Amino acid sequence: MIYRLVFENLKHRPVRTLLSVVAIGVEVTLILTLVGVSRGVLGDMAARSRGTGADILIRPPDSAGFTFSLTMPEKVVNVVRAQPHVAMATGTFVKYIDSFNSITGIHVDEFNAMSGGLKVKKGRMFQAPDEIVVDDVYAKQHHLKPGSTTDLAHTWNVSGIVEEGKLSRTFGDIGALQQLFEARGLVSTIYVKLDNPANTAAVKDALQKVLPTYKIDSIEDFVSLFSVNSVPYIEAFTRVVIGIAVLIGFLVVCLSMYTAVLERTREIGILKALGASPAYIVGILLRETVLLALTGTVVGILMTYGTRSLMAIFAASMPQEIVPDWYLTVAGIALAGSIVGALYPGLRAARQDAIEALAYD
Amino acid sequence: MTEVTAQNLTKTYRVGEIEVHALRGVDLKIEGGEFVAIVGPSGSGKSTLFNILGGLTPPTSGTVLIDGRDLIKMSEADRTRLRKTTVGFVFQKYNLLPTLTGADNIEIARDIAGKKGHERDPQFDETLALLGIASRLKHKPRALSGGEQQRIAIARALVNHPALLLADEPTGNLDTENSTAVLSVLQGLNKRLGQTILMITHNPEAAAYAHRKVTMRDGRIV
Repeated sequence: MIYRLVFENLKHRPVRTLLSVVAIGVEVTLILTLVGVSRGVLGDMAARSRGTGADILIRPPDSAGFTFSLTMPEKVVNVVRAQPHVAMATGTFVKYIDSFNSITGIHVDEFNAMSGGLKVKKGRMFQAPDEIVVDDVYAKQHHLKPGSTTDLAHTWNVSGIVEEGKLSRTFGDIGALQQLFEARGLVSTIYVKLDNPANTAAVKDALQKVLPTYKIDSIEDFVSLFSVNSVPYIEAFTRVVIGIAVLIGFLVVCLSMYTAVLERTREIGILKALGASPAYIVGILLRETVLLALTGTVVGILMTYGTRSLMAIFAASMPQEIVPDWYLTVAGIALAGSIVGALYPGLRAARQDAIEALAYD
Repeated sequence: MTEVTAQNLTKTYRVGEIEVHALRGVDLKIEGGEFVAIVGPSGSGKSTLFNILGGLTPPTSGTVLIDGRDLIKMSEADRTRLRKTTVGFVFQKYNLLPTLTGADNIEIARDIAGKKGHERDPQFDETLALLGIASRLKHKPRALSGGEQQRIAIARALVNHPALLLADEPTGNLDTENSTAVLSVLQGLNKRLGQTILMITHNPEAAAYAHRKVTMRDGRIV
C-alpha cells in the first residue's frame, strides 16, 4: 500500500519528478562519461601502441609515464638493430602540440614494414616536407580531406587519410619534422620488432644492459600503463567529478523533497492523525527518493549512450567506453547522495506537529 | 463499559508570553456505545478536547482514560499508537489523501495499523454497506462530492475498529442533503454496530442526532 502512495505522490507532480530524475540522470551520466572517456582514450592509446607491431619500445631516460621526450639520439637505433633476435627497429619523432594533439614523424618504409602498413583510404602518403597524413578519426573530427590544410604548430597539407589504429592520428616524414622542430638526429621512441615475440624478456634484459639509463619496456608492459590507476590526475579528477555529481544529486533531491514536504504538510498531518509514526512518514519519503535515484540511474545509464554518440561526433579522438562494471557503483553514489538529500526534509516531515499540519491550507 | 473518562482535565497553551487556558477542568464520561455531541461557541475548548481525546496533543493535567488507557502518562509514541488502534477521526474538511482513490484512502489506514493483505472483515463490510459508497471507492477525492468524501473519511476512521470515533464538525462543509445523509450514517453506525461516537458541532440540528448533548463554554462543560 505504501508503494502505491509513493507512486501516486511521484505521479502527482510529474514535472518535479521528471526534473529530479533527469538531474540524477545527469549526475550518473557525468560520472559514467568521465570514466568511459578516460578508459576509452587510454584503451585507444593502448590499441594504437599495439598497432605498431613492435614487441619492445625504448624511450629516452627522462621520459615520464607514457609520454616521450626528444632527447634520444637516432644512432641508438643502430645499436638496437645490432642486438640478437632484433628483426627490425625504427625511430619515431613525437611533437606534442597541446594536451590533445601531437604529430608523429616516421620512416614510412620502416614503419610500414613493422606495423603491416598504414592503409591509405583517401589520397596518398605524404611526399613533400610540409605534407602529412591523418587517420580517419582525426579527419572526421577536424573535417579534413586530401588537399585540406591543418595547423599543428605549422600549416600542413593533408595528402591523405589513413585507417586508424596504428600508433598515431597524424603522421609526417621524420626528417621533415626533425628539421622543422630543430631536433636533428633526435628521436622520441624506438620501436623494436623481434624475430620471435617469445624472446621479448631476454632481448629487453639485453637491451637494458646496453642502454642502462633508457626506459625499455615490452609493448604489453607499456600499454599496461594506459590505465586509469596509472594516471594519478585522472583518479583525482574522477573523484572531484564524483563529488560534484553527488552534490548535484544531493541538492536536487533535497530541494525536491523539501518542496514536497511543504506542499504535503496537510497530508502529513492526516497520516499522523491516522497513527503514522515518524518512521512511517520518513519511510514514504525515503522510498520516493530511492525510486527517483534508481530511475535516475537507469536514465543516466541510457544517457551515456547519447554522450558516447555526441563524443563520436564532436570529439572523435576521445572515444567513450560503456562501463557496465561501474553501474552498481554509480547507483550506490546516486542513492547515497539522494538519501542524504532527503534526510533533512524527511526529519522535518517526521517532526511536524499533527494539529498544525492539519490546519495548514 | 465506560469508553472515555476525563476528570479535572486542563490544557494550557503558551502563546508567546501569554498562557491560554483552553480547558479549565473538564469532567466527562462517555459510555461504550454512546453517541455524544459536544456543542459550544468558538473558543469554548471543543477542539482542544477533541485533540486531547484523539491523542493529537497531551493534556496539561487531570485524568483522561480512553478504552482503559491513561493519556496523561502517554509518550508521543504511545499517543501515535492510540491514534492507530483506539480512535478514529472524521474532520470537517474530510482530509482524504488527494493522490489516492477512496479505497486506497481506507487501505492506507489499515496499512498504518500494520494490517496487511485483504482478509475478509464482515463487520467492516457492513460498515461500507451502511455508508453506501461501494461504487465510488475507485475514484480519487477530486471526483467525489463532499458527502461522498466524508463517507469515505468515516469508512477510513472505522476500518481499524476504533473504540471511539471522533468527529469534528463532520457536516460543516456539507449542504443540508449531504449533512442529513452523513449524520444518518453516524447514527446508523452507532445504533447497528454500537460504535461510540463523540461529535463536535455548532449545529443544533446535527447535535439532535446524538443521544446526549454536552455544552462547553470557556474551557468548561456547563
